[in-house]
Amino acid sequence: MVPELKIKDLKASVEDKEILKGVNLTVKGGEMHALMGPNGAGKSTLGNVLIGHPNYKITGGSIVLDGIDLTDKTPEERARAGLFLAFQSPVAVVGVKLSTFLRTAYRQTHPEDKVTLTEFYDRMKVHMKKVGLDESFMSRSVNDGFSGGERKRFEILQMVMLRPKIIILDEIDSGLDVDALKLVADEIRDYYSENVGFLIITHYQRILKNIEPQFVHVLKDGKIAVDGDNKLSLRIEEEGYDWIKN
Amino acid sequence: MEVEYSKDAEMEKLLEDLKNSNVKKEDWEFHDNYKPVYSTGNGLNRKVVEEISEIKKEPDWMRRFRLKALEIFESKPVPTWGPDLSGIDWENTNYYNRPDEVNANNWDDVPDEIKETFNKLGVPEMEQKYLAGSVAQYDSEGVYHSLKKVWEDKGVVFMDLDSALREHPDLVKDYFCKAVPATDNKFAALNAAVWSGGSFLYVPKGVKIDMPLQTYFRMNGEATGQFEHTIVVADEGSKVHYIEGCTAPRYDKNSLHSAIVEIYVKKNAQARYTSVQNWSKSVYNMPTKRAWVDENANMEWVGGSLGSKVTMLYPSSYLRGPYATTHNLNVSLAGPGTVKDTGAKALHLAPHTSSRIIAKSISIEDGKAIYRGLLRMNKGAEHSRSHVQCDALLINDNSTSYTYPHDEIYEPTATFGHEATVGRIGTEELTYLRSRGLSEDEASSMIVLGFLDDVMKEIPMEFAVEMNRLIKLEMNKLGAVG
Repeated sequence: MVPELKIKDLKASVEDKEILKGVNLTVKGGEMHALMGPNGAGKSTLGNVLIGHPNYKITGGSIVLDGIDLTDKTPEERARAGLFLAFQSPVAVVGVKLSTFLRTAYRQTHPEDKVTLTEFYDRMKVHMKKVGLDESFMSRSVNDGFSGGERKRFEILQMVMLRPKIIILDEIDSGLDVDALKLVADEIRDYYSENVGFLIITHYQRILKNIEPQFVHVLKDGKIAVDGDNKLSLRIEEEGYDWIKN
Repeated sequence: MEVEYSKDAEMEKLLEDLKNSNVKKEDWEFHDNYKPVYSTGNGLNRKVVEEISEIKKEPDWMRRFRLKALEIFESKPVPTWGPDLSGIDWENTNYYNRPDEVNANNWDDVPDEIKETFNKLGVPEMEQKYLAGSVAQYDSEGVYHSLKKVWEDKGVVFMDLDSALREHPDLVKDYFCKAVPATDNKFAALNAAVWSGGSFLYVPKGVKIDMPLQTYFRMNGEATGQFEHTIVVADEGSKVHYIEGCTAPRYDKNSLHSAIVEIYVKKNAQARYTSVQNWSKSVYNMPTKRAWVDENANMEWVGGSLGSKVTMLYPSSYLRGPYATTHNLNVSLAGPGTVKDTGAKALHLAPHTSSRIIAKSISIEDGKAIYRGLLRMNKGAEHSRSHVQCDALLINDNSTSYTYPHDEIYEPTATFGHEATVGRIGTEELTYLRSRGLSEDEASSMIVLGFLDDVMKEIPMEFAVEMNRLIKLEMNKLGAVG
């Protein structure tokens, strides 16, 4: 079944301040969407609201994945349903070993898969190589002492290992140099298929040269102001966001 | 890498076990209604001390020693350099509570109500399964002691200190208040004046005991004090592991626990002292614990401080002979409204001595965890080494931890190092793990177990489970998660 994420009239606030004011967006398997917008438009808020971050309060609308209403679900229930967010600034979790963490997460998101520890780790090593993370990272604490770029590579590693259906990448290119960006973009393209849909949140057009989206949306003041294709992102690169009116 | 794998498999299993573990919520804060047969009433003066000595029919030297210690206690001010101790009600504390005339060798001879209490705490069961010997103390007195015959035959002595003073007076006199003199601090002086119970463990030369020996301390009365005095002597070339467990019911009025533990590790001997303290939140826990470690001997302190209102505890090792070593591992949990002022002292007094100190603390809500340590390397302690590691885990935004290491290094060839880390289980950390499919429980367990990972092998498994359970309990109570 081709997955489908339906965001309908989504409203959300942080500390009683309304940030999202009615977002409508549908992402299907095989589709690559870019969500652009000026600073403070609510792009990262949308990512956090979608995965159920407790600091964000949904005040209206709905989030539905494959017919299942996730609006009131916990972050873990959403993850198990197949939703994944690559965080803009992934937090360090001291003491939690990267390998154990990924393994536990995989068992929770794919309880039916009886893959052994060794097989799982072998698979992990293959992908670590692809995203450019040394094997020694396996026994390190999650994101602890990682550079900005290493954190981003680890987000992508988690994505390919946990095999989600709908993926939100929040500023995945920040902190990555040109070579690293290429590795990450390759990994994203390899993972991309008819069964996976992407929502790429980005302020700049840079990453969109490596991954070409079919759909581009501009979020402004908590609402989608413009929809278009990749040409829209090119125009934004030249003219900025000022020409877009809500 | 294969080694790493098996460790991960272990972790997986542990997480499973924790998920399935179904330990009861409040299983130690109960109290029974047993009435003591004798009590000195509230307050402390010469008469009370003489009364204690008389009821115990002690030798005259001990009576005089107690009275001297009382003078020292009265002359010393309450320490103000650490946590607030103003909640100790010196006047209204009961300094001596005798439960019964009985000190049995058989659980059947222990009064039913007391026996039932120890049954609930799992003491007799533990004894049967894991222990070479066991002592149980209820309020001020030991009510039960046993030692497996095989060890008794080898000359091992294990009983409460009162019995030892009667049966082995010279041996006790040789070690009593030698490592911890009454002048050491106010609480040590108090203990020396009103001590009652505690254990005496003597392991003869060359005897290696492969199972641990345990003493369980239970405080039952309200606003009482427990002042046990424990002496462990590991004679030359011997090996011993001694464990203490402590619990008390929770009351509105504060209780005071002020113990002395003295450990003598002779040449080539190895001693390990493990204590798991789970006092209720109405207890001030102020023990003084010290070891004298002789040539080529090894002293290991393993401590878990889970409960109490305030704990001040700094187990010390005096490395007196060349090549003496000590390891000190302490895990503290500072729950809401409590203070853990804990640490370690290592005094390097001879060449080639080494010490390693690992202190881990977890603070919940406004719980405050403090590491306070002393490292001293005397001139002449050539080529001695020390390493101190302090790790703190903060559960809430208002949780705090402080580190006060104090170094006195007088030997130029000595080397030492300090390390400190601070981690946090905040909303961001939990959300991150949960956004990958881990449940709230799993995420916090993983953080806690990960934090304890490098000491997991050293601490008893039940302790790790208990610690994890307590943290969960506190977090659920507060709704700190989610």
